[in-house]
Amino acid sequence: MALDLRERARAFVRWEFGLVLALIAVVLFGRHVSDQFLTSFNIFYLNLSIGEVAIMTLPMTLIIVTGEIDLSVASILGMSSALVGDLYSRGWPMPRVIVAVLIVGVVAGLLNGFLITRLGLPSLAVTIGTLTLYRGIAVVILGPETISTFPEKYTNIGVLPLPHTGGYLTYSVGIFLALAILSAIVLHATPFGRSLFVIGANEEAARFAGFRVKRTKLILFGVSGVVCALAGILYTFRLSTAVQDNGIGLELTVVTIVLLGGVSIFGGRGTIVGVVLAVAVYAGLQNALLLSNFEQRAMGIVTGTLLLLSVLIPNASEFYRRGREFLRRRQLRAGEVPT
Amino acid sequence: MTATAETATRRRPFGDAASARRLVDLVFRLREFGILAVLALLVAATAIAEPRFLDLTNVQFILVDTTIFALLALGETMVVLTRNVDLSVGSVLGLSAFLSADLFGKHEGIPIPLVFLVGLAIGVACGFANGFLTVVGRIPSLVVTLAMLYIVRGIDVLVVGGGQVVASSLPNSFIEIPKRTVAGIPILAIVVAVVVGIAAYYLRSFRSGRELYAIGSNPDAARLAGIPSGRRVFTAFLISGGIAGLAGVLYAARYGTIDSTAGTGYELQVIAAVVVGGVAIFGGSGSVVGAALGALLLNTILSALYVLGVSPFWNQAIAGALLLGAIALDRGISLWLAAALRKRRTHLGA
Amino acid sequence: MSGTFRHAGVSDAQMNEPSPILSLEHASKAFGAIRALDDVSIALHRGEVHALVGENGAGKSTLVKILAGVHLPDTGVLRIRGTDVVLSGPAAARDAGVAIIYQEPIMFPDLTVAENIFIGRQPLHAGRRIDSGRMNAQASAIFERLGVPIDPERVARGLSIAEQQIVEVAKALSLDARVIVMDEPTAALSAVEVERLFGVVETLRDGGAAVLFISHRLEEVFELCQRVTVFRDGRLVLSRELAGLSGDDLVRAMVGRELPERIPQEQKIRDTVLQVERLTREGVFVDVSFEVRAGEILALAGLVGAGRTEVARAIFGIDRYDGGRVTVSGKALRRGSPTAAMEAGIALVPEDRRQQGLVMEMSIFRNVALASLRRLRRIGFIRSTSERRFARDWATRLQVKYGRLGSPMTSLSGGNQQKVVLAKWLGRRPSLLIVDEPTRGIDIGTKAEVHRLLEELAGEGVAVLVISSELPEVLRLANRIVVMREGRIVAELTHAEASEETIVAAATGQAEREAA
Repeated sequence: MALDLRERARAFVRWEFGLVLALIAVVLFGRHVSDQFLTSFNIFYLNLSIGEVAIMTLPMTLIIVTGEIDLSVASILGMSSALVGDLYSRGWPMPRVIVAVLIVGVVAGLLNGFLITRLGLPSLAVTIGTLTLYRGIAVVILGPETISTFPEKYTNIGVLPLPHTGGYLTYSVGIFLALAILSAIVLHATPFGRSLFVIGANEEAARFAGFRVKRTKLILFGVSGVVCALAGILYTFRLSTAVQDNGIGLELTVVTIVLLGGVSIFGGRGTIVGVVLAVAVYAGLQNALLLSNFEQRAMGIVTGTLLLLSVLIPNASEFYRRGREFLRRRQLRAGEVPT
Repeated sequence: MTATAETATRRRPFGDAASARRLVDLVFRLREFGILAVLALLVAATAIAEPRFLDLTNVQFILVDTTIFALLALGETMVVLTRNVDLSVGSVLGLSAFLSADLFGKHEGIPIPLVFLVGLAIGVACGFANGFLTVVGRIPSLVVTLAMLYIVRGIDVLVVGGGQVVASSLPNSFIEIPKRTVAGIPILAIVVAVVVGIAAYYLRSFRSGRELYAIGSNPDAARLAGIPSGRRVFTAFLISGGIAGLAGVLYAARYGTIDSTAGTGYELQVIAAVVVGGVAIFGGSGSVVGAALGALLLNTILSALYVLGVSPFWNQAIAGALLLGAIALDRGISLWLAAALRKRRTHLGA
Repeated sequence: MSGTFRHAGVSDAQMNEPSPILSLEHASKAFGAIRALDDVSIALHRGEVHALVGENGAGKSTLVKILAGVHLPDTGVLRIRGTDVVLSGPAAARDAGVAIIYQEPIMFPDLTVAENIFIGRQPLHAGRRIDSGRMNAQASAIFERLGVPIDPERVARGLSIAEQQIVEVAKALSLDARVIVMDEPTAALSAVEVERLFGVVETLRDGGAAVLFISHRLEEVFELCQRVTVFRDGRLVLSRELAGLSGDDLVRAMVGRELPERIPQEQKIRDTVLQVERLTREGVFVDVSFEVRAGEILALAGLVGAGRTEVARAIFGIDRYDGGRVTVSGKALRRGSPTAAMEAGIALVPEDRRQQGLVMEMSIFRNVALASLRRLRRIGFIRSTSERRFARDWATRLQVKYGRLGSPMTSLSGGNQQKVVLAKWLGRRPSLLIVDEPTRGIDIGTKAEVHRLLEELAGEGVAVLVISSELPEVLRLANRIVVMREGRIVAELTHAEASEETIVAAATGQAEREAA
């Protein structure tokens, strides 16, 4: 965010404040649906369902701030998950599997970055292509198989909470929070982070100010790749299953949460705090709906609607202005002189 | 400046103009011929390796499957030409497929044209939502149709519940539609070919069709020129949605058994077909004929792979690679073209 | 400017038409606190080319927008062909017969030339089908009339700016426009293209149209126009026949006073900082060589389109060049890398302030600190407070007038915006400062401040390369002047040798023509 201090406070207050209100509303709704809502058991469960998605929102935030988008995140997760299953079932020791999968993640992300920066292709089209390609590779790797024998040491992250947190947090969410702090520092307190906002606001001016736009975007997509690979590894351990359609469709959830967090789809604006709040709101809402016997597979309706709302609401004041202008021009065409 | 202007100076001929025009036209027309050439090569190579490929039934299958995608590609092209995108077509197809097929079970003896009408209506309703949110809501169509993709799919899941429609519940006359042929060519393929031809004619020879190109080529200029961009884009979404709805009914006739996953992932294949077919992802250029040929090429590739014994698990990966390749190729061509045009225009003394 | 300019002839059509076809009377327009136009009036007559001159910020573009129907004047009456008119939008302006040719025409690159002309109004067969035969023929006929052979069936992508302008004129004619406004049309054209455009304008005039010709190139005004209107700071200064006026009269009207020709003091000029050798970029500039020394101001003069900005961009690394070498303080400079250029001590204040020099939505202090983030770091982190402090220092030093450091750039006037861009770069203490059109779009007062600042910098030992199309500015600031034309260096003049005539002669090729 880069406005006047008072304006910035006002903008901050407006959106993040709205999110806090939404969070309160969700909590109240949850309590209403079930008095189990705020128990450590339920919160733990809620954490489980959101951990990997939350992790993926962080690099997505940085990418959207620069005005690009990465729709291949869930496919990288799926491809990584398939690889974990495949490599482990070939007898590789797990530490080596993890390293290999992370490397593949970096490569996958860099492919995105290369096509977008070196060939100058639009990120929307490219990541739709890699979304298909990487999911396809996941299918090729595993075929119809399901691998579900993983060492307990690893799959425990799906069962045991993070120690010393009262049983509320999972390992994935713990990693998410650590990464969130790191992302916040990078985005809001380093020259690199500043450059992201500039690139998103006016890429040409960024270039004229000496920022290495191409290299920056390449780095971001590479980071996205490795972070999504990490998410894929965690996902596999949590579910204790590697199957070709792991994570399918999650890209929408990630994008929705990021936009819900106040990050502008056009780039140049956003905060990590907002995204973290949005994660909480979304996870809480999903959980509360689950407890109220809402058909989980239709969760897409909720996510899609949230996505639309997060883009419509900032436009609201714009509508008002354009509505008045439209009426004014209508009057003119009818021959009246506007007041 | 005090130079005296001679008529000779004023009428300096554009020696390069004609060749520039020829160059640009050639490159753009190349696309359709290129696809046909690749198609021919592909068919020939596959037929040599596996003669089964040219069996009549196989060819008929390819054509019928292409029909559905060609229709979707047609609708998608209208939207993409205006510099927008419609990612919801797969979900709309799925919803329409289920709801229309379900009608046969719920209403015995319902006339088939009415079922098509219902499918069309469902599609148009979704297109209306897309168009409204994009034009009036001023939300990027990527976001709108991505959201609609999931909302409509969610509605589909709710409506289907845990059930499905089974082929045996559908009347024979309905199931026969994709199977009917004339001189060996599926009637559906002929119908779609005619529809594509009509659409191509419309886009080329009618003002509102040309305006779609203008809107995609330069949206600001379109507004300044007085083109009713909002109305045109809205209509494009209505058409895309309506076609997806119709395609859903055809899907039901073709596959018979429909559950809540019908049509999943179709939007990606359609976009791949459209891009491979030469429609610019940023709009302004391309043809529905090219898009339909792109759909045909994609389906033929998948079928060839199947016949050659390549596991169908490779399909998605290949579709993705093709999409990326096509986009990269397009970019390469337009960069080369821009450089070539710039060099021709040099009037600096060498 | 002393002016022995050739005066344009008076057309027959004009002699018989006393009442104006378009008149705007007592118009004012304000944007918030800024008074863009204050009680101006202008009258355009048939068969006449009417010049509108004024410095940047004088209100010319606001007037154009009013005529285009984009803005409504707050007060004032627009009368076209005798009736009062209120233009509700661009379509209404078009219907009223007013056409605007912009400096950078807005085209549909994927449609053909003929379609660009006729989009939305293509001639039809019976049955609503587009009659492309007739469309192309009509387009050809118009180009015939204009004496410019452009193929109507070719795709618009790849047309040069000059050709695009002609297409826009053709469009205007096809719309039967009676009033044609040309907004700085010659800025991006070569000499030959300008000649051709003048032929087109004369054809329009002879055909009875009223042409409003906006330009700050006075020699063109005198060659082409019959009447002139001068704006200054949003107000009308004069509006009368051109006959009887001299170039000096116009300049005085535009500026309000005689421009004092200041001779820059003898600076202490030291070692070479920048050395450019045989720099070439295919299709843009060829064999460019010059040097800039510490403490001197070198001006790169020439008409727009001569390739000067492109040379600057190539030096700074925004664009790559194909041949030649750039050396800074004796060390070869890596091409294509702005980072390398910045590290070598080069700073570039770009031509387009709003698009290239600033991030308009961002706050003032962030814009000032933009190029110095690495230096403001402490252990890898950067804090807003250090950015603010840095910005406050430099804003004060350059006397930037702002409300609050955190306000967005849009809250500043053009002159202060330019100062922010300068502050951004001066904050890096460069050894070579390249400024491209330093005072474009800036009011007189700030202009003088910027000039003084550049002179001070040179005094402190900075090498300054100024690119400017404004001759008074060039003559005032420069120790040496290098003139470019169509991608080549055609003259190198010391301050003593230089005058408006010599520079213009070199820039337009007149010197070559006279020598031949």
